[in-house]
Amino acid sequence: MSLLHLAVLSPLLLAILIPFLHKYFKNIHTGWFLLPLPAVLFAYFLQFISTTSHGGTVMETVAWISSLGINFTLKVDGLGLLFALLITGIGALVVLYSIYYLNPDKEKLNTFYVYLLLFMGAMLGVVLSDNLIVLYTFWELTSFSSFLLIGYWNHRERSRYGAQKSMLITVFGGLSMLGGILMLYIITGTFSISETIQMSNEVVNHPLFTATLILFLLGAFTKSAQFPFHIWLPDAMEAPTPVSAYLHSATMVKAGIYLVARMTPVFAHSGTWVWLVAGVGVLTLFWGSFSAVKQTDLKAILAFSTVSQLGMIMSLLGAGAAALHYGTIEDGYYIVAVTAAVFHLINHATFKGSLFMVTGIIDHETGTRDIRKLGGLMNFMPITFTLAIIGTFSMAGIPPFNGFLSKEMFFTGMLRVAEMDFFNMDTWGILFPIIAWSASVFTFLYSMMYVFKTFTGKYQPEKLEKKPHEAPIGMLISPVILASLVIIFGIFPNVLSHNIISPAMGSILPSLLENGEGFDVHISHWHGPTAELFMTIGVIAFGLLLYKFMPKWAGIYSKLPSRMSFNRFYDRGLELLELTSKNITKSYMTGFIRTYLVYIFSFFILALASTLIFKNAFQLDLSDVAPIRFFEVVLVLIMAVSAITILFAKSRLTSIILLGAVGYTVALFFVLFRAPDLALTQLVIETVSVALFLLAFYHLPQIRRNEERIRFRATNALISIAVGAIVTMIALSAHSNKTFGSISEYYVENTYKKAGGENMVNVILVDFRGFDTMFEIAVLGIAALGIFAMIKLRLTRGRELDENK
Amino acid sequence: MEILMAFLIGILFMTATYLMLSKSLLRIIIGTGLLSHGAHLLLLTMGGLKRGAAPLLGEHAPSYADPLPQALILTAIVISFGVTAFFLVVAYRAYQELGTDNMDHLRGKEGHE
Repeated sequence: MSLLHLAVLSPLLLAILIPFLHKYFKNIHTGWFLLPLPAVLFAYFLQFISTTSHGGTVMETVAWISSLGINFTLKVDGLGLLFALLITGIGALVVLYSIYYLNPDKEKLNTFYVYLLLFMGAMLGVVLSDNLIVLYTFWELTSFSSFLLIGYWNHRERSRYGAQKSMLITVFGGLSMLGGILMLYIITGTFSISETIQMSNEVVNHPLFTATLILFLLGAFTKSAQFPFHIWLPDAMEAPTPVSAYLHSATMVKAGIYLVARMTPVFAHSGTWVWLVAGVGVLTLFWGSFSAVKQTDLKAILAFSTVSQLGMIMSLLGAGAAALHYGTIEDGYYIVAVTAAVFHLINHATFKGSLFMVTGIIDHETGTRDIRKLGGLMNFMPITFTLAIIGTFSMAGIPPFNGFLSKEMFFTGMLRVAEMDFFNMDTWGILFPIIAWSASVFTFLYSMMYVFKTFTGKYQPEKLEKKPHEAPIGMLISPVILASLVIIFGIFPNVLSHNIISPAMGSILPSLLENGEGFDVHISHWHGPTAELFMTIGVIAFGLLLYKFMPKWAGIYSKLPSRMSFNRFYDRGLELLELTSKNITKSYMTGFIRTYLVYIFSFFILALASTLIFKNAFQLDLSDVAPIRFFEVVLVLIMAVSAITILFAKSRLTSIILLGAVGYTVALFFVLFRAPDLALTQLVIETVSVALFLLAFYHLPQIRRNEERIRFRATNALISIAVGAIVTMIALSAHSNKTFGSISEYYVENTYKKAGGENMVNVILVDFRGFDTMFEIAVLGIAALGIFAMIKLRLTRGRELDENK
Repeated sequence: MEILMAFLIGILFMTATYLMLSKSLLRIIIGTGLLSHGAHLLLLTMGGLKRGAAPLLGEHAPSYADPLPQALILTAIVISFGVTAFFLVVAYRAYQELGTDNMDHLRGKEGHE
């Protein structure tokens, strides 16, 4: 157990303590206990920069299930470190924000922070594990904790719906990924990611390659809310805003991005990967930004915007993967897409995180997030307004903020996709920059809507629940820090390039690097009058135009058929699934014990009969049988007749007496078959049994005649006869088919020597198989207790009934 | 003898199954009783019948009947007695509470799980 392991597990360990801290320090907001942890972890992970910036990695292993190749291996490299810093850094800010956002008197803080810590630990585990099974375990833990966080306000119907939706979709993806992991294991024979990357050639040429790739991408796409799995993200906005800021902007939804980046060296040599990742990414980018424009809830705008931005990063990773195929490090032609992906990942976390927090502030101070009700808040909340401007302008790609830089690089990456002359990109590749550009126009549009519809325009106090005012200072600290980062990264992007971006790229495209080499990343603001610059200018001009004439064209949104939407598909699918399973269950769970017995007996007949037939097990050997004497035949007849007569017995008394007759005959058989102990036991037990039956019979109330009538039922008869026949066949086969000798010789020899007894049956019971007998006594004891309780129960219940009268 | 016993066991299982499929609780219990008789005899028959003396060393016989099935059956007899007794009390309670021993009437009401 290294310090690194402790760091990853520390959120989970602290989660155990939270309920106690919450209980014993009621006066202190529980968030304060949490805050130091992500801050300390952030500082701890910062130390690794000196290692990773030179291309180094740190690896620590704790053996877990070594025999299956599953070890708790943690690896810090450029990519993992970048995510770890995001998780802990944004985590600390979100915790700080939540302290002011969540009211300790109204909310259950202990559960909230336990879930949050659970999530933080799971996320760190995902991005730092080097073992696919460990990664998968943490991956599912993020889905699980996200479910809990989304459904935190579980009294709201929408919260529960959103939580279930995200759970179903992400867990579906997680299971697909598990399938992919297992297939990858079949190909490579290892769960280690580092070793798998070494073997990428074998992976690409394996027949399972495409299936593995698709399963992995399903995992990544569901987690990162890529089209058409994006539908869960907007519903997940029911979570408290700090959660949305943390999970749905900076961390969890980026797990899919992480997975794609992490697996790029393994899969990216194929055209399928480039096409799927870039294609789905661009589609998501467009659909997300297009849908964001029609939203009226601030959080919904941000949700679709997140979907869209995730698609953008995804498409960049896909396009950049082409570098592994063609590019070399010198020309850096496609590599720029990867640079843009990593850079935008950081930028998105900063501006989207701050925007979510701004939304939280607006919601908190006005009581609504509906842009139709909001307006003119600029004068009431100047600081929030400034923060919103910085965040949205960065998102829209306006200089000098960091979003502008990554957006420019994004255009560069997409333009180069259009120039690709492999993977069949030459025909369709031109679509990439076109879709990317139009999506950027919508991005610009919703960014402007977000800030101007909220903060400018007419102030409508009558529609607000509270009188708006500036947020408390504590709520402003976190967004202010994030917004400053937006500006700092915008003006000095190269503070990141060497220490953070270049090592992360080294993990995504390792095969392009010689030993000890690193990517030389330099981000500049001015490239001269390039195509990218004109695209940006076009986005702003066209975006402004659309914003101005919005009422004229917004009608197209209502033209979209709502019946065809993916949400509807999901809802109907879920309904149908529930209905079908309910109907199927109802069709065989009738509530009649007879039905269940019929199932059991039918299965018994089918299983045994088919075994007898297909295994050719039925044999009849008449050579080695014991002789039959006359009175034995008589006994057999007595028994058979009494058993059959029970079927037709009209009164209960007759049946009980006949059952007794069968029992006593069995005892006689035991005598004949040289089993004196059995005979004695059977006699005693049978006597007691019959007495018991009669006793019960005595107590049973009289029942009307017609209920006593026994009707003949053909199915029952058929099943019974089949059961009887099967048992007879088994008995005959067992007799005729002695494949090995009896093991009882051992007991015959050792009864006296080892146990000092002469009665073999008794010695077996009390000595050789003493535990059996002990548990048998226990069973009898339990039965006795049960009987006693049942009889006692009658008394208490009877009294209650009397009282009720 | 084994062949004859095999058929007898078949008959016992058949009647037991038929009784267990009926509606009356008491008949179901009787059915389980018959089923255990059948199972005991089946165990014994599988071990072979009338081979040697009773499994008592004091008999000083050249061979003994197989003691292992007998030990198993002894356990089974006692357990089946416990189960039968428990069943009976449950049936008795069901009468007390619900006034019927018809399984169809004992079935839980719709939507009342």
